[in-house]
Amino acid sequence: MAAIVNLSRRDFLKGTGAATALVIGANVLPGALMREAHAQATEAQPNLFVKIANDGKVTITCSRVEMGQGVRTGIPMMLADELEADWNRVAIWQAPGDADKYDPAGKDGQNTDGSRSTRHHLDVMRELGAGARYTLEMAAAQKWGVNIQDVYAKHHRIYNSRNGQSFDYGELVDVAAGINIPAGEAAPKLRLKDKSQWKYIGKDMPVVDNYDMSTGGANYGADISIPGMKIAVIARSPVYRGKVRSFDAREALKVQGVEKVVEIPALADDKPAEFRALGGIAVIGTNTWSVLEGRRKLKISWDLGPNRVHSSRTYDNKLRKSARKGGAVVRNRGDFDRAVKGAAKVVEKEYFVPYFIHTPMEPPAAIVDANVRPVKVWASTQSPNECRQYVAEALGVEKADVECWTTLLGGGFGRKSKPDFACEAAILSKMTGSPVRVQWTREDEIQNGYYHTVSAHVMKAGLDSRGKVVAWKHSGSWPSILGLWNPQQKTGFGIEYGLGMVDVGYDNVPNIRIENGEADIHIRVGWYRSVNNIQHAYAQNCFAYELAAAAGRDPLEMLLEMIGDADNMDLAKDGVKEYWNYGDPVEDWPVMPVRLSNVLKTVAQKAGYGKKLPKGHGLGLAVHRSFHSYVATAVHVVVHDDGTFSIPQVDTAIDCGRYVNPEGIRKQIEGAAIYGNSIARWGRITTKRGAVEQSNFHDYPITRISDAPLNVRVHIVEDFVNLRPCGVGEPGVPPYTPALINAIYEATGKRIYELPIGDKIKV
Amino acid sequence: MISLKVNGVSRQFNGDPKMPLLWYLRDELGLTGSKFGCGTGLCGACTVHVDGAAVRGCITSVQMAANKDVTTIEGLDPNGNHPVQRAWREVNVPQCGYCQSGQIMSAAALLRQNPDPSDKQIIDGMAGNICRCGTYQRIFAAVRKAAEEV
Ligand code: FES
Ligand code: FES
Repeated sequence: MAAIVNLSRRDFLKGTGAATALVIGANVLPGALMREAHAQATEAQPNLFVKIANDGKVTITCSRVEMGQGVRTGIPMMLADELEADWNRVAIWQAPGDADKYDPAGKDGQNTDGSRSTRHHLDVMRELGAGARYTLEMAAAQKWGVNIQDVYAKHHRIYNSRNGQSFDYGELVDVAAGINIPAGEAAPKLRLKDKSQWKYIGKDMPVVDNYDMSTGGANYGADISIPGMKIAVIARSPVYRGKVRSFDAREALKVQGVEKVVEIPALADDKPAEFRALGGIAVIGTNTWSVLEGRRKLKISWDLGPNRVHSSRTYDNKLRKSARKGGAVVRNRGDFDRAVKGAAKVVEKEYFVPYFIHTPMEPPAAIVDANVRPVKVWASTQSPNECRQYVAEALGVEKADVECWTTLLGGGFGRKSKPDFACEAAILSKMTGSPVRVQWTREDEIQNGYYHTVSAHVMKAGLDSRGKVVAWKHSGSWPSILGLWNPQQKTGFGIEYGLGMVDVGYDNVPNIRIENGEADIHIRVGWYRSVNNIQHAYAQNCFAYELAAAAGRDPLEMLLEMIGDADNMDLAKDGVKEYWNYGDPVEDWPVMPVRLSNVLKTVAQKAGYGKKLPKGHGLGLAVHRSFHSYVATAVHVVVHDDGTFSIPQVDTAIDCGRYVNPEGIRKQIEGAAIYGNSIARWGRITTKRGAVEQSNFHDYPITRISDAPLNVRVHIVEDFVNLRPCGVGEPGVPPYTPALINAIYEATGKRIYELPIGDKIKV
Repeated sequence: MISLKVNGVSRQFNGDPKMPLLWYLRDELGLTGSKFGCGTGLCGACTVHVDGAAVRGCITSVQMAANKDVTTIEGLDPNGNHPVQRAWREVNVPQCGYCQSGQIMSAAALLRQNPDPSDKQIIDGMAGNICRCGTYQRIFAAVRKAAEEV
């Protein structure tokens, strides 16, 4: 038994007194509840995260939202392991949004975002499992009249080590239900299993929802229906924060099944967008088809407002100019200007990445009944508590008066952490007096979303006479996510800098300068899987390859030299103010160049880097740290004579520290390659006079099986497995695009400075 | 009045004959296994079988299915154990799962027409179905596996 923690440990008990009373239940239920449970004695609930029925069925609470990342499997595995539960007798209960009860780590209020779930929950879920196991051990000891030291748990049974007798967990429920483990100072010491005894953590586990997902039984946002519910679709301004001048609903109202057409008033000018409903004309009726037909028949005159100046053609050039000009210095090591003056060779290149939109397979949908208390929300939301908060604001009620139940999410990618669509449903439900489901269409999702920011990057470097990189500068400009809260925001901010920009891992380069220029905001810019890491990893890795070519050196050797193998890179020494480390302390998750070089070496070896390839083939590398994980990707590309290309193999090495479900990691990395492939090949949202020009998958394509890499090999690197768990959902994406583009260079000699590549390489 | 069969059950429909099957199934019959992804025939999330052939429910009207047999993911196999469904679970295909009803219906139709498809035929047969989570590698493997069984 390696670790011993105190059952009374309360470092996750944040918040108010009332909250604490409930969360104490995370270890021990309050007495009253306990007695009630005892009276029934059909189930024991040692804490809010585990329930044991008298048939032995264990129900584990999942307080994180499932969107394909496997969290409903991975997080319960942690608890089940310490509980010594038989996974085949475990069911999962999806918790509603209630951060006072269901945020055991106390770090993000259940907001399932930022690749945080595993790293923030491994310890606490294990403790909750160990606490529940302790309750069962105590129940068995009582039944036998022995000391708790004389019993142990194994695979859903408690054994008596004196005589070998045992009870199934179900047989202990009657006694366990009456056990009230003391809290506070009197709490017993909990024993956590040594990792050598783990039965689930670190082992492959298929996802718990496989059966439902393969039979049509899995429920997503739009699959929820409640009695009396109406369905609504909304016509929204084509331009960000445009307003309805007038509208004519007569034709719409003639459509069979359409019942009402109402206006959601435009958000007041002095209120920033955040996650609020922006307004529009809603068509409400009895079925989706009718309201879609009705919406097509609306006549609306829009006051498009000031953001109609937003046209990609002109805006993009402004952004490039801004990046050339530079601005706030956000990292400064040594003296870049002097170093570049003394350099034997200077290289300067520019990179450009357009807006993207999330396109989760399931467009947003939410159901709200605003006419009951508490208000009831069912939504495909990543962030049920922020959903409650914004719905409450929209209705003018207290957050405590709003309940939010999450469904499965048909993909999230950051879109569904913004609950604007639930606010719309809330407003309509209040206006009409009925429960309302708001259904977004694909066109809505693409044209009225929260866009991954467009960005321009100027990279400049100096090489010495031996081809060593002695000076590195990156100047980037983009409209900031902060614009959601402050429309006048001109620069990026700490979080965006921390997303793979200031922490660029070229630790052996003695002079580094990183700058951020200004940009105006004319659209909702929001986070998207991997966020700014995408463009940062692209510009950095492709530019490093460019430098290798300029120096006449092998790119792998050059990259390894630039990165080095230090076990810590202290950004404070380079003048990075308040480095944002994915919300976590750098002491716990330091920036470790040695792990970058390690995954790079691993992937190079696995992919057979260096072997001679036939004409038209190329192998490209890229490496990046994000969400604390270190990921290197090698893409093997074949460019055909007509410029089309295919990808016979992708190798990715990931070092995510301690991990829980390797099968889940493989799936995320396989998916990240495809996600990256969509970005690299097709991703481009443009605007014209303020309106998004794309509308559906014909003009905003997503990689299909026909252009997907189908041989993605995932190598989980174990060298640092004893360090803290790191993110997995997002870190696979950033290195894919630069690895592909570097591979295309190796195959053709063609550099790509602007995304997307398109269906052909123009040689 | 339109008559059709859905998962073996006879149904009568009195509404707008232009209503796409997808919305008829989801909103009128409560069969929510078929999903809405694009509404324009581009993603395959709404794939169902009409007389055994895969169609996009979002662009196939109820009228077009008149007097025909419609099968949805819910009706593919009474126990959810069609070889394609079993293969899907064995290969652990789904991520978010949202596209998977449509993927499975496309794969089942493909294998019914062509029980022994080549690699290219699998790719062509499945290219109408988008999976945003990027499970294509496993979809391919699962179709291969199911092909060994049908
Ligand atoms: S919803 Fe029918 S093809 Fe996309
Ligand atoms: S599994 Fe999520 S879209 Fe396919």
